[in-house]
This record gives sequence, C-alpha cells and structure tokens, in this order.
Amino acid sequence: MSAGAPERSPAGEAFVSLRGVSKAYGPIQALADVDLDLRLGEVHCLAGENGAGKSTLIKVLTGAIRRDTGEYTVDGEPLGSPTPAEARAAGIGVVYQELSLFPDMSIEENLLMGRLPARRGVTRPRELRQRAREMLARVDLEHLDPATPVSQLSLAVRQLVEIAKVLGQDPRVLIFDEPTTALSENETAALLDRIKELRDEGHAIMYVSHHLEEMFAIGDRVTILRDGKFVTSAPMRDFDHDSLIATMVGRKIESLYPAGKRTIGAPRLVVRGLRRPGVEGTVDFTVHSGEILGIAGLLGSGRSELLQAVFGADPVSGGTVEVDGQRVRPGSPRNAVRAGLGLLTEDRKALGLLLELSIRENASIANLPQISRFYTVNRRRENAIVDKYLGGLRLRAASWEQPASSLSGGNQQKVLLARWLATHAKVLFFDEPTKGVDVGAKSEIYQVIGDLAADGLGVVVVSSYLPEVLGLADRVLVMREGLVAGELTAAEATEEQVLHLASPGATPTSRVGDLAPSAGGTDVAH
Amino acid sequence: MSRTDTVDAPAAAKTPEERVLTFGDIFGRDAGGIIVLLVVFGALTLASDQFLTSANLANLARQVAIVGIIAIGQLLVILTAGIDLSVGSVLGLAGCVTAELIVHGVPIPLAILGGLLTGVVCGLVNGILVAYAQLPAFIVTLGMLGIARGVVLVFTDAATIGPLPNGFTTIANGTLLGLPNLLWLFAAVTVVTAFVLRRTTFGRYVYAIGSNPESARLAGVPVRTVLVTVYVISGTLAALGGVLLASRLGGGNPTAGIGYELNAIAACVIGGASLFGAKGGAFGAAAGALIVATLNNGGNLLNVNAFYLQIIIGLLILVAVFFDQWQGRLAGGRAG
Repeated sequence: MSAGAPERSPAGEAFVSLRGVSKAYGPIQALADVDLDLRLGEVHCLAGENGAGKSTLIKVLTGAIRRDTGEYTVDGEPLGSPTPAEARAAGIGVVYQELSLFPDMSIEENLLMGRLPARRGVTRPRELRQRAREMLARVDLEHLDPATPVSQLSLAVRQLVEIAKVLGQDPRVLIFDEPTTALSENETAALLDRIKELRDEGHAIMYVSHHLEEMFAIGDRVTILRDGKFVTSAPMRDFDHDSLIATMVGRKIESLYPAGKRTIGAPRLVVRGLRRPGVEGTVDFTVHSGEILGIAGLLGSGRSELLQAVFGADPVSGGTVEVDGQRVRPGSPRNAVRAGLGLLTEDRKALGLLLELSIRENASIANLPQISRFYTVNRRRENAIVDKYLGGLRLRAASWEQPASSLSGGNQQKVLLARWLATHAKVLFFDEPTKGVDVGAKSEIYQVIGDLAADGLGVVVVSSYLPEVLGLADRVLVMREGLVAGELTAAEATEEQVLHLASPGATPTSRVGDLAPSAGGTDVAH
Repeated sequence: MSRTDTVDAPAAAKTPEERVLTFGDIFGRDAGGIIVLLVVFGALTLASDQFLTSANLANLARQVAIVGIIAIGQLLVILTAGIDLSVGSVLGLAGCVTAELIVHGVPIPLAILGGLLTGVVCGLVNGILVAYAQLPAFIVTLGMLGIARGVVLVFTDAATIGPLPNGFTTIANGTLLGLPNLLWLFAAVTVVTAFVLRRTTFGRYVYAIGSNPESARLAGVPVRTVLVTVYVISGTLAALGGVLLASRLGGGNPTAGIGYELNAIAACVIGGASLFGAKGGAFGAAAGALIVATLNNGGNLLNVNAFYLQIIIGLLILVAVFFDQWQGRLAGGRAG
C-alpha cells in the first residue's frame, strides 16, 4: 500500500463519523452502540462474520434504513436521519454488491439514469453522449462506446461502469460492498488498484469484503464488528490473517445445540463424482444414518448449489447419488423426493412455501400421493398427518387453515420441516435452517435437527453461521469455489480452521504465509 | 386432541386477529361471487315479474351454459397463474370440425369425438409450449387464438356448415327432467371440477403451482405434467362448448366464439379468481358466469340499454379485482 495515509488520532479529522449507532429489527439487535470514522484519503475496511451487522451499518450510512440511536455527522455537520437522496447529496456514494445497472439499456442511459439531460422532457442525445464519455474517462473506459448495452459488458467492466456512475455524483465517500464477488483474480487486482487511485485522489473509502487478503492488500484501517457490536478499530497493520479472524470470531459456542447422543450407522446418502456444469472437478461425500454433516464455506462457495444439484433441482453433468444403496435418477426433484430426500431451502418464500395456500396444504404437498386413493386426497389422513408432524413441532398458529403467509419465519420453517417429516424422508438437507429465525425458535429447530438424526436420518446442514455448523455437526465439509476444500471432524474443527480452508487466499501471501494451510486441505494440523 | 388444545390456546390468546384471517381464508377461495349472484337474483326478482319464470330461467340457463363451461376450463389455467386466450377460437374450430364431420356422414358420436379431439390437440400444443418451452402463456395462447381462428376460416371458406340433423341439435336444445340439457352439462362440469380442485392431488398441485412453481417443483410436484394437463382440459372444455354451440345453432359457424375468451376470463375474475394464480374455485367461476349472464338477461327484461350493461360488467370486473388486491394487502399487512 502507498505510504500516504499518515497516522492520525481516532478523534480527529474524520469526514464521516458515527457515534453510538444502534439498530434493532424487532427483537434482533442488528447494531449496538457502534462507532465508525471514515477519513479522506484512507481505505477503511469493515470486517465481521455474516450477521455481524456490516450490511446494516452500510444501510445506516446510505440512509436506506433509519438508525434507532446514535449520531451521524458528515464533515462535522450532523446529518439527522437522512433519506438516501440526502445521504447522496452529503457525499456518500455506494457501489452495490448486486449490480444496480439496467442490462438492456445503454451505458450512457445507465450512467445518467434519473438525471438524463433533457429539455422539456425531450432527451438530448449529444449532451448525454458527451457527459457519459467524461464519466467513463474517470475510470479509464474512454475507449468504450457509451451506446453499448450493458448486457454486452463483462462483469468487471460493469463493475467499473457502476463505479463511474457513483463517481458522477461527486461523492467524497465511496462505499464498496463485496465488490469482487463476481470478479476473477486479475479483475480483482485491477479493481483494487483503481480503489487505491480513488483513495489517493482524496476520497474516503469504506471497503467491505469476505476476502481477508483484499483487506490486507488495500486497507489502511479496519473496524471489526461482532454480533452487531463494535469490537475494535485499528490500523490494518496491527493485524495478521490469524489475529483478524480470531478477533472477528472471538466467541464461545453457546450450548444452544443438542448434545450428541447419536449412534452413527450405515451410509444413507452416498454422492460420488458429482460434477456440476461450470465447476471444474467433482464432489464426493457420504452421510451416515444418525449423522449430521455440516457444510461450511464463504458466500458463493457453492454450498447451496451442491445441495440443489444432489436434490435434482439444478442440472448435473456427471456422478451418482445413492440413497440407501438405491440410485437416484438426477435432474428431477420429484425423483429425489420419491427416493427419500428432502430439502429445506434457504429462501423459504421463493423456494419453499406456497404462501397463498393453507398451513395444512403446505405441510402435505410433498406427501399427497401417499395419502390419496384414486388421486383423491383422504382429508382425514391428511389432517392426521398434519396434526402428527406439525403438532409435534409446537407450531404457533390459530388454525391449520390459516395461509402460510401469516406465519413468522420460525413457524414457516416448522411447516416446511413438517412437510418433509411427513414424507418419511431418509436424508434431509437444511440450507440455512435458522436464517431470519429468532433465537427461541432457533434452539427448537436445532433440537428437531438433533432428534431427526437420533432417529436414524442422515442430516446435512448448510450454514454461513459457523458456530451453528460447528455446534450441530458431527463432521464438517468446507467448500471453496464449488469443491470440497477439506473435511474436519467436529472434535477437531475450530472456526479458525474452517475459515482458513474456506478462504480463497489460502495460498500463502506475503503477510500470512506462515499461517495459511496447504491448498489441498484435509491435513490442517495445528 | 390434547395436542390441538396446547397449540390453539396460547395463540388464540395472543393474537386474536389471526382468527379473522382464518375465517376469511375458508370463504375466500370460492364463494365471493355466490353472494353477489344471490343479490343480483334477489334484486331482479323484485324488479321484474318475468325474471323468476321457468321460461326465462331456462333461457338464462342456455345463455350461460356455454360460456360457463369454457370459464371452468379457463379457471384451471388461471389458477396456475397462466391464461388461455385461445378458448374462443378453439370453440369455433371444434364446432366447425364436428359440423363438417357430420355433414360428411360421420356418425354423430364420432363427429363429437373429433371436435373434442381438436380441442385436446390445441390444448396440448399450448401446454407443451408453456410448460416445456417455457414461453409466456399470454403469448402462446394469443398465437393459438390466431391460428385456430385462421384454420377454421380457411377450411370453411368463412361459410356456415349446415344444416345439421335433429339427432345432433337436440343435444343442446333438449331437456332432461324438465331442465335444459345445457344446464345439466354446465352443472356436471362445475361439480366435477370443484371436486377435482378440492379433493384430488391434481387439484392441490394446480393451486401449488399457481402459488409458486419453483417451490412446488422442489416439493416434488410434477409441474410440467400438471401444466400441460391444465391446458388440455381448457382446450377440451372449449371444444365441448363449440360442439354444444353448433348443436344449439344447428350449424357450424366459423366466427362462433369470438370474444368468448374475454367473457370466460371475466367470469373467473368476477367469481373471485386471481390472475396471479392460486386463488379461486369452480363454483366461483360458475357464479361469475351466471352473474354476467343474469345481468344481461335482467337488463333485457328491464329494457336497459345493452351498452350500459357493458359498462356495468366492466365496472364489476374492476371491483372484483380491487377486492382481491385489497384483501391480499390486508393479509400481507397482518403477516408482516
């Protein structure tokens, strides 16, 4: 990093400053008493696990949400509770993780959307072209024809166009939220160089990423959040790879999780040589009766995609899946359900629930053939089954006839769980089972998962919340770039080891070389 | 039973408004239109002496039956969040195919079968394009609307086919136990469809797909098969309507059924179906068809200008959709 950014005392010269900011979503405290100082000419990294409150903090800065308490000043002026437009006017610009460009429109229209040059409602193409060119020049894209549709650009170029768009509003502060998720290594390096240039031009930069190497490559200072709380803010050079992870994690695993009194038996699910389109290499794994297999990995490491592929919901280009020794024909969730697989998806609303339908209908939908004769549903058996499985889950609802949309997240999860219990599934996949579920319902769901395994099911749990994976699982599979990077037993797995295996930069870098595990993986003996 | 107690009691104490929602849900799917229908019936009985006479009611039954039957098919498609714009054209095509076969000496039952098969084929093409090629239903069936109408105009040379023998025309014009045959058929189609929707796995799958096709797929629902079946049923019922219309008119009219798709959609919407899928029922759609027909019938009796009736029916559609949206927003607000 450049020699610029002289050391300053935390109290002085902050361009943007947050003091004691808190934000609660219902019972969940997303941010509690967090401080943040962004200085001009400095790259400030924000680190923390999933759910630590990083996105909430960004939303507070951009005015997307209203904070509950705390002060927000820009250039010494208190900002109150800004709307997104006011935050933008105060000089806060964000480059979003999901690109916010319109793919079917041209670059120039995208750059100036919302403030297209026009006279009496009629656009002025020449002025539009001229201003678009100037904006593109700021990110060295002057060779690009501003009339090109965005859909023809590579993701890296789109990212630059996005930056040009934000720069067009002359921000003093630039927030980058996971900007490299979709970029290759070279593109990432180029983007980081670009960000350094912006810093040297005197912008204050906030950089949020899961990739620790990027933070070390670019960061001048880092603020670490944990469970919504401010942990520390210090110069980046005070940390190395390990101490940063330790500070991010720094938590003891609560005894939310069921004690493991399970006997692990014969293999129930055997996946061999599973190959997915677009991923080089194959995946093998086995889940035994009575076993909980955890799958960990960073965002985009292909955890959910692996489950979807095994379940037949996504295409598979090779490999076999066997349940209790029976081959499952790939490519059809219907076959997977018949073979005894069940999948509780991460996005319950988009990929699980039938919101307009009643709780009863949601719970029985995967089981209808078994409770029907001559294609006619036997209502008595349906009600008996729903009573049996939903009743056992202590669902809080007035009636089974209530629409599923009227339930809270935890109760919706229970409905989906009952759906698969009713099918007598042999192997259950849980994708982020406690996402959006409050703490009380969480421990209930953990309990159920433990009971299911104790009953002899094979259980697979995917979670980006590491304590959950480590607390629940008997064995942990760590994924990286769509493949299994390593496997740890519950006894030996620590959060640090999992993070090391999961990080794309597990190959040695100048800072952390002596601490990184070998890229291949399973031999992480510390 | 003790289990239900433990489930119900705390929830009822904590959130009484959930009970209201439950109540609304039980009646929401089907019966909104039936109430409106009763009101219209009552009002017309008071307003006109001639309304509640057996002659007029038989007349009303004949007017409503054919649109009602295709509205039931349309309903199945709408429940999957699709739409079938081709029913009017398929109706015209099937009627003319049947008439043509009869004129060429094919036995009446076989000729009817031929007409119905036309509908099956049209529905199959629609369904495969929607379910497998994943084209938007609106576009696919709009194409079929043009194709089926064009085919019938080409092969009939735009001329009516007839006359048709008595053996065929008595089907739609005859009576059974004092009630028009058409009414019996309409009632049969409605009751069977209501049973299928409420009690069979297929019916449950139709609602599931309309609610969220991807969720349904992941729950093991055979989404494509169900979609194709739904379009085939819609095509077949449209063809049945075509056969009956040809029978009623005593000839195959190549322009029969123009605009019927809109009447069928209107009947479904007025009967409480949501174009976003998963909401509505067979009795609702039948009631919707009856409401439109009754308004037209009553308007005639009361000498209301037919153009005003169009305005009234248009308003009725808007009100029906407004209530659908409004209820949805209320439910959404509670859930959040």
